[in-house]
Amino acid sequence: MAQMNMIQALNSAMDIALSKDPTVVLMGEDIGYFGGVFRCTEGLQRKHGEHRVLDAPIAEGGIVATAIGMGVNGLRPVVEIQFADYIYPAFDQIVSELARLRHRSAGDFYAPITIRTPCGGGIRGGQTHSQSPEGIFTHVSGIKVVMPSNPYDAKGMLLSAIEDDDPVVFFEPKRIYNGPFDGDPDKPARPWSTHAKGEVPEGHYTVPIGKAEIVRPGNAATIITYGTMVHVAEAAAEKSGIDAEIIDVRSMAPLDVATLRASVQKTGRCVIVHEATRFGGYGAELSATVQEECFWHLEAPIQRVTGWDTPYPHAFEWEYFPGQKRIINALRAVLEA
Amino acid sequence: MIQKSRLHIPHPPARPGDKPDFSYLQISQPGEVMRPDVNTHAMDMTDLAHSMVRVLKDDGKTTGPWNPHLEPEVLQVGLRHMMLTRAFDERMQRVQRQGKISFYVKCTGEEAVAVAQTMALLPGDMLFPSYRNQGLQVARGRKLVDLMCQCLSNTRDMCKGRQMPIMYHSKEGNLFSISGNLTTQYPQAVGWAMASAMKGEDNLAATWIGDGSTAEPDFHHALTFASVYQAPVILNVVNNQWAISTFQAFAGGTRVPFAARGLGYGIPGIRVDGNDFLAVYAVTAWAAERARTGAGPTLIEHVTYRASAHSTSDDPSRYRPKDEFEAWPLGDPITRLKQHLIQLGEWSEKQHEALEKELEKHALESWKEAITYGTMTEGPSLDPSNMFEDVFKEMPEHLKKQREQMLAEGDK
Repeated sequence: MAQMNMIQALNSAMDIALSKDPTVVLMGEDIGYFGGVFRCTEGLQRKHGEHRVLDAPIAEGGIVATAIGMGVNGLRPVVEIQFADYIYPAFDQIVSELARLRHRSAGDFYAPITIRTPCGGGIRGGQTHSQSPEGIFTHVSGIKVVMPSNPYDAKGMLLSAIEDDDPVVFFEPKRIYNGPFDGDPDKPARPWSTHAKGEVPEGHYTVPIGKAEIVRPGNAATIITYGTMVHVAEAAAEKSGIDAEIIDVRSMAPLDVATLRASVQKTGRCVIVHEATRFGGYGAELSATVQEECFWHLEAPIQRVTGWDTPYPHAFEWEYFPGQKRIINALRAVLEA
Repeated sequence: MIQKSRLHIPHPPARPGDKPDFSYLQISQPGEVMRPDVNTHAMDMTDLAHSMVRVLKDDGKTTGPWNPHLEPEVLQVGLRHMMLTRAFDERMQRVQRQGKISFYVKCTGEEAVAVAQTMALLPGDMLFPSYRNQGLQVARGRKLVDLMCQCLSNTRDMCKGRQMPIMYHSKEGNLFSISGNLTTQYPQAVGWAMASAMKGEDNLAATWIGDGSTAEPDFHHALTFASVYQAPVILNVVNNQWAISTFQAFAGGTRVPFAARGLGYGIPGIRVDGNDFLAVYAVTAWAAERARTGAGPTLIEHVTYRASAHSTSDDPSRYRPKDEFEAWPLGDPITRLKQHLIQLGEWSEKQHEALEKELEKHALESWKEAITYGTMTEGPSLDPSNMFEDVFKEMPEHLKKQREQMLAEGDK
């Protein structure tokens, strides 16, 4: 075991994948010689060569499209889209091509691609460096969509994604790259070495896609969340003294319905928390699923705590960001109803 | 406000009722264009993008440095593939009009592009077609009955009923799955070619789009990546003058030839008479040699004319003169190759007529066989529950559940 932050854990996963499988290649903007703007690929080009860790032109659509061609020709590309906010130029290639290729060709062609992309706010990134577009991708059949919330899961899930023969969009909540964040921007930064999930095996292991994790057991209410908000929810539960069970979804698509069902049937109360905007968002799918699976167990209406339905604001980040207070209010609302 | 607009709006030279006018077309004399060494730098042969490679003369004889000197037997195979492609198109158009299939797209007048190019490439080369390149399927030996079964979405459909007609693919034929979203295959082909180079293999990729699709960002992505990584790829623009109802000027083709788009990326661009089988073959072989010897990508503009409607859902008489194809200065590719073979003493009108009849019969018999595997109205039919297969490699729980629900609730 070693102490790793999320960046180091992701780097370790890619290093292992490159070493283990000669068909794995990395491609993205600034990822090669420089090692990536968030340093996730640091040292990998030096170690594995510039033919396997490729610096790419600034054309996200071109990056994903050429990766599809490589995937069809027997390679296993792992591409980085520098910010999730930049993924939209590649949307057509992801939705119309990557997601559907296996289906439209009746299984004859497929492209086993992992698209890594840093997402989420809390870094003063304004509306072009803070978005959480995961719900746009979970709506597309044919791709898997995941978001780890800690270094251990980041490494294990990235190895699962790379080894998966289906395309995976791998969201990385960049606010917690260097340490867990509880939603309070005034507190000093906390490193991953203070967190149990900062303990990461140096060798190969996988965390399966499609499995949620109960990160805090409890009986009074269920909080369903993922990414950075897992840590905010934990702090909110702690602060409120409410015996909340917290589920880290980890894999948005496919969704581990069984874990959600078991928890809400036990607690009868449910709060859904994500950074992304609310209307038509992934929380709506979670809410509908809980309603379908647990309606007769629910003691109160399901609450959603999300980013407001506005573009992500630069100057008003902490009014926008769903903090502990809003989660506590939602917990009280489901308990009092 | 509108009266004062100073915006330029492009127009085609002729609309319905007008006399066809192709005076805008820059046409070189056969044999006029030089043939540079395949390793020549793009900027040392820029004239190739602005002139037009032609080999066949009006009298059916060949001339100039681009003559590929093909054996008559090879030319006869090419003629047969082109004629089979046309016979297939005619049969499919007819059955669409009879309501037997939902949709079809003919490639009449453009057969030389797909057929000559396939013949100039190797079987291991990966082809990324657009929707109007059925000649690739025919020249790669795909059986008409297989193509027809796809159009019927029947029990022998290679796509298992998941794609509308004409979106074929063949893994063993190295023909990539056709997408209805334009130009997406262009940068994918570049990626395939990059992988070929990364693996140290000799196979190249070739891909096709129309003139209108050069306006898509994927066109520019493809050229950028092909140029940056010097990918072994042949990028083809089939300039058939029309993108449904919009004239090629709406993609900027009358200002600078599409072939010249390559030059800005340092990629050689060649403009070729797309109805000249020999010229298309020659430039493709040249581009393939460039790719295989590590000299990088080539952009080829094939100047041709879309003689038919865009698709069976289109009526071109509403936006262009009905007799435009008759006035098209580059003629019909089948007629031109036929004349060449006759002039060589290797073909005759009688043989041509006999072959036409044979292929027509073959298309009809293929159709009769295809419908035994099911039609849109008569069985045998595909199992609808197969729609849940191949969304992922292994079916996730929610799809299993939805499949059960569909089966339980019935199909209507």
